[in-house]
Amino acid sequence: MNFKLRIWRQADSKSNGKLVEYSISDVNPDMSFLEMMDVLNDRLVKEGQEPVAFDHDCREGICGMCSMYINGRAHGPMKLSTTCQLYMRNFEDGETITIEPFRSAAFPVIKDLSVDRTAFDRIIAAGGYVGVSTGQAQDANAIPIEKHHADMAMDAAACIGCGACVAACKNSSAMLFVSAKVSHLALLPQGQAERKTRVLNMVEQMDEEGFGSCTNTYACEAECPKGISVTNIARLNREYIKASFSGD
Amino acid sequence: MALDSKIPAGPLADKWTNYKNKVKLVNPANKRKLEIIVVGTGLAGASAAATLAELGYKVKSFCFQDSPRRAHSIAAQGGINAAKNYKNDGDSVYRLFYDTVKGGDFRSREANVHRLAEVSVNIIDQCVAQGVPFAREYGGLLDNRSFGGAQVSRTFYARGQTGQQLLLGAYQALERQIGLGNVKQYSRHEMLDLVVIDGKARGIIARDLVTGELERHFGHAVLLCTGGYGNVFFLSTNAMGSNVTAAWKAYKKGAYFANPCYTQIHPTCIPVSGDYQSKLTLMSESLRNDGRVWVPKTQADAQAIREGRKKPTDIAEGDRDYYLERKYPSFGNLAPRDISSRSAKEACDDGRGVGKTGLAVYLDFADAIKRLGRDVIEARYGNLFEMYHHITNEDPYEVPMRIYPAVHYTMGGIWVDYELMTSVPGLYALGEANFSDHGANRLGASALMQGLADGYFVIPYTIGSYLSGEIFTQAIPTDHPAFEEAEKNVRDRISTLLSINGKRSVDDFHKELGKIMWDHCGMARNAEGLTKARTMIRELRDEFWKDVKVTGTADSFNPDLEKAARVADFLELGELMVLDALNRNESCGGHFRTEYQTEDGEAQRNDEQYTYVAAWQFNGLDNDPTMHKEELIYENVQLAVRSYK
Amino acid sequence: MNWFGKFLTSSIGRKFVMGLTGIALVLFLIVHCGINALIFVNDGGVLFNEAAHFMGTNIIIRTMEIGLFVGILLHIVQAYMLAVANSKARPGKYQVNSANANSRWYSRSMTLLGTLILLFLIIHLKHFWVVSRFTGLEETSYGAGNLYIEMQEVFAIGWVVIVYLIGVISLAWHLLHGFQSAFQTFGWNTLKYRGLIKCAGKVYAILIPLLFALMPVAMYFEWIK
Repeated sequence: MNFKLRIWRQADSKSNGKLVEYSISDVNPDMSFLEMMDVLNDRLVKEGQEPVAFDHDCREGICGMCSMYINGRAHGPMKLSTTCQLYMRNFEDGETITIEPFRSAAFPVIKDLSVDRTAFDRIIAAGGYVGVSTGQAQDANAIPIEKHHADMAMDAAACIGCGACVAACKNSSAMLFVSAKVSHLALLPQGQAERKTRVLNMVEQMDEEGFGSCTNTYACEAECPKGISVTNIARLNREYIKASFSGD
Repeated sequence: MALDSKIPAGPLADKWTNYKNKVKLVNPANKRKLEIIVVGTGLAGASAAATLAELGYKVKSFCFQDSPRRAHSIAAQGGINAAKNYKNDGDSVYRLFYDTVKGGDFRSREANVHRLAEVSVNIIDQCVAQGVPFAREYGGLLDNRSFGGAQVSRTFYARGQTGQQLLLGAYQALERQIGLGNVKQYSRHEMLDLVVIDGKARGIIARDLVTGELERHFGHAVLLCTGGYGNVFFLSTNAMGSNVTAAWKAYKKGAYFANPCYTQIHPTCIPVSGDYQSKLTLMSESLRNDGRVWVPKTQADAQAIREGRKKPTDIAEGDRDYYLERKYPSFGNLAPRDISSRSAKEACDDGRGVGKTGLAVYLDFADAIKRLGRDVIEARYGNLFEMYHHITNEDPYEVPMRIYPAVHYTMGGIWVDYELMTSVPGLYALGEANFSDHGANRLGASALMQGLADGYFVIPYTIGSYLSGEIFTQAIPTDHPAFEEAEKNVRDRISTLLSINGKRSVDDFHKELGKIMWDHCGMARNAEGLTKARTMIRELRDEFWKDVKVTGTADSFNPDLEKAARVADFLELGELMVLDALNRNESCGGHFRTEYQTEDGEAQRNDEQYTYVAAWQFNGLDNDPTMHKEELIYENVQLAVRSYK
Repeated sequence: MNWFGKFLTSSIGRKFVMGLTGIALVLFLIVHCGINALIFVNDGGVLFNEAAHFMGTNIIIRTMEIGLFVGILLHIVQAYMLAVANSKARPGKYQVNSANANSRWYSRSMTLLGTLILLFLIIHLKHFWVVSRFTGLEETSYGAGNLYIEMQEVFAIGWVVIVYLIGVISLAWHLLHGFQSAFQTFGWNTLKYRGLIKCAGKVYAILIPLLFALMPVAMYFEWIK
């Protein structure tokens, strides 16, 4: 297979970037998208050019590090998959593929396709945990948890923190990410003690980071590689409103 | 220096309790003054950093990824073992201990393994309290499943994402401490050297991967929680960034490297499809609970499948060889990893492999689907099936999965004593980075257990033993000559890499090294091949330093440079692995020497001569390292032929 | 800042205000549409004029009218502030963006649709509200002002009818997103009620604008006299 690639090149966060064209031929359809990028980079290195910087690590769709905006979609055209799980057979031979970084004021570009997503870490640090220090735990089976709730909590906890929700949202809103963590912990008995402060603090931090607000277009749900549902955002709203208006 | 493993005296079951009762403590006012550097934020690193910060120490945490949550522990699928005996099926701390020692082919340290089994129950309690959404039964209590190498169900799991959920639990605990100001997090930072002052580990040199700046960090103690070195094989199930660099720098600064040849080749990975392949994907071992492994009985059938003339479903039941069930009737498809992997290799070497390359065997769910229904299988393995379908474009509900062994885990690592301290005082190694608990082969669902045991429950106690003697040590200013020198070395190495300006890319070298390692130091090894490999690696290393091409600059975000520095270390490590494999004239666990096998092809240990840990001391690249032996003393377990028949 | 100020200035609080005022307007539209639909009785506007007279003179309704204006104003001001803030959240735009693959155009175009509705509203208020409250309507024999005749005059002009149609079509799209969006913002869009809310939203967003659209059309073509 042959492709024309248009790749965003940007030297660092302060420079202006632009799309640069490359062509690549003899691509095996069973190659993953990132392997295609490897082949391109290998060629660029041998030609003495700087390879394209992009984030990636586990290459099995779980670490959340890969982050490209491919042909106008976060993680490319496939549903429920990350960029690293994309295969060249998902594209048409001869196609032009445009590759950009995730764009958001809260995710500044580091170089080319790499962006800084530490805003997510700071949101978790603001309250996305159960405050239990090591050694304080009671027996694991002391608190039975309704399977239905445990399953819903697991659905929310499946978030990999990749930021596709932010990238896809026209407002760069981080509500899906935040709601996934708030839901995961609000659904479990372990999360009850900090339920109110958690949601208040996490939302405050989210707003401080410069993410936009949620206008319920649900683009995030459609692009989330883990299928996190927007019903979690409804839960986040509910938790936040309840916590704000709570009388005690 | 003689190796002192510092195993406490007394009966096995009381050692850890006795140790904890007697270990020196550091009072809270002094803890505030003591700084600890934790490198790596996987299960071991994140849990250690969080717990030490909770105790009151000042912690600095480093990871090369963009967030601590990305560490490769996240990719573990199957589960975590714990001797809870919730299933009432006869499990106990002793049984978990015994299974782990036996699974490790009697090459691990009894006391460490028993401690691991003891704290396994606390791990589950801790994780549940943190909100880890483990699978539950309808009654609301925790569910368990069985895993390879065990006859009880003691594995706790969170769908196929157990590692992810456990890591997020530890990550959240870490972020909590970061939020409280007790931990300072350095993401996108890579440790490039260890600083040793007066024989003690006192800090690190780290490179800010975004700006390229070299930083000096002081610590009263340094913890390496940097994972394994499986990427020396180029293709492995490790993440692309997983590397040996931090551990290797420690080795070169005096930490002994133990049993480097023990590598685990995981039996159930998706086979290689082409030479562009960048990594291999694991399919959880839990699949072997319901999947049956087979190849055609005849070479003719296998060939027909390879050439596309026959489909797996065309092979009649009687013409299939369910070789694990045949060879190991009592464990069947749940035979331990090393044995399953080797059996797959044997079948393929025998010309009965399937897939286009002939390097694959079938993992078939047809029977399980017939017996339990598609829904049950979907509930158990849905996400794994989906992943397989995604990658191979084949639907495993319809055609059997194709699997083949791949490098997955390294049992070897930095030598540590009972307190997890390396041979450099003040330097610790936790999790996969150390060597201690899995012997020559690790059982499934034990890596998560060990990482968290070390971080949550071992190091918080044992570090007091050292730090209680350091309370009068003031923070050493980072303009100390040792820091200067270490930084200069790092700077020189980087500028050398950038100045070579040769013709071959870093990946070229890495691939070539990987092939040497896989061919000669992989699933089966022998003296001849290993000797050859050593020469080849040396030559390749020389060529690397003459002909590698690294683009970009030192003072910018430069992934090409990062990779080059890591591969340079792999090129040194590879030789040590080969040397260790040559030294160990026996077959045990993940180390199979073709010269040492029984008549029916099983591994043949040599307990008389090799019941020891080989800990290697660096003597400069041009000299052979010195081997120190730590004899393994088995007081509670009878060394036996490991039989899963 | 106290808790209430904090809530109102948070991203979720601002959306809550949008939802709340939005739902208030949704309720208002039911009343507005219900009363206006009296023109379809085709009695020369008697019933309609009497109802309009009641709405225009009842003290409770007049008080609520003030609330309504405050609500509209809040909805508008807040919307523009959010739009500006949201646009700032992505300073560098995508060169290629396939937004249609993950969301509906009208969900993404609420500001545009809202602006169209606002322009329409200004014209609409000038046509009827200003006349009935300030400049005065023609008297009827039964004591109420003749708003009906006012409507007939206004809707006799072709371009006005077209402007009104553009207004209500914008309204329909705006509601199609806005109705369910408000419930999502309140946190009621749970798995159980998601379907119900979606369905009610669709019915409302089609039915009410359709009735409104019929009014100028029916008068222009003199289906009612």
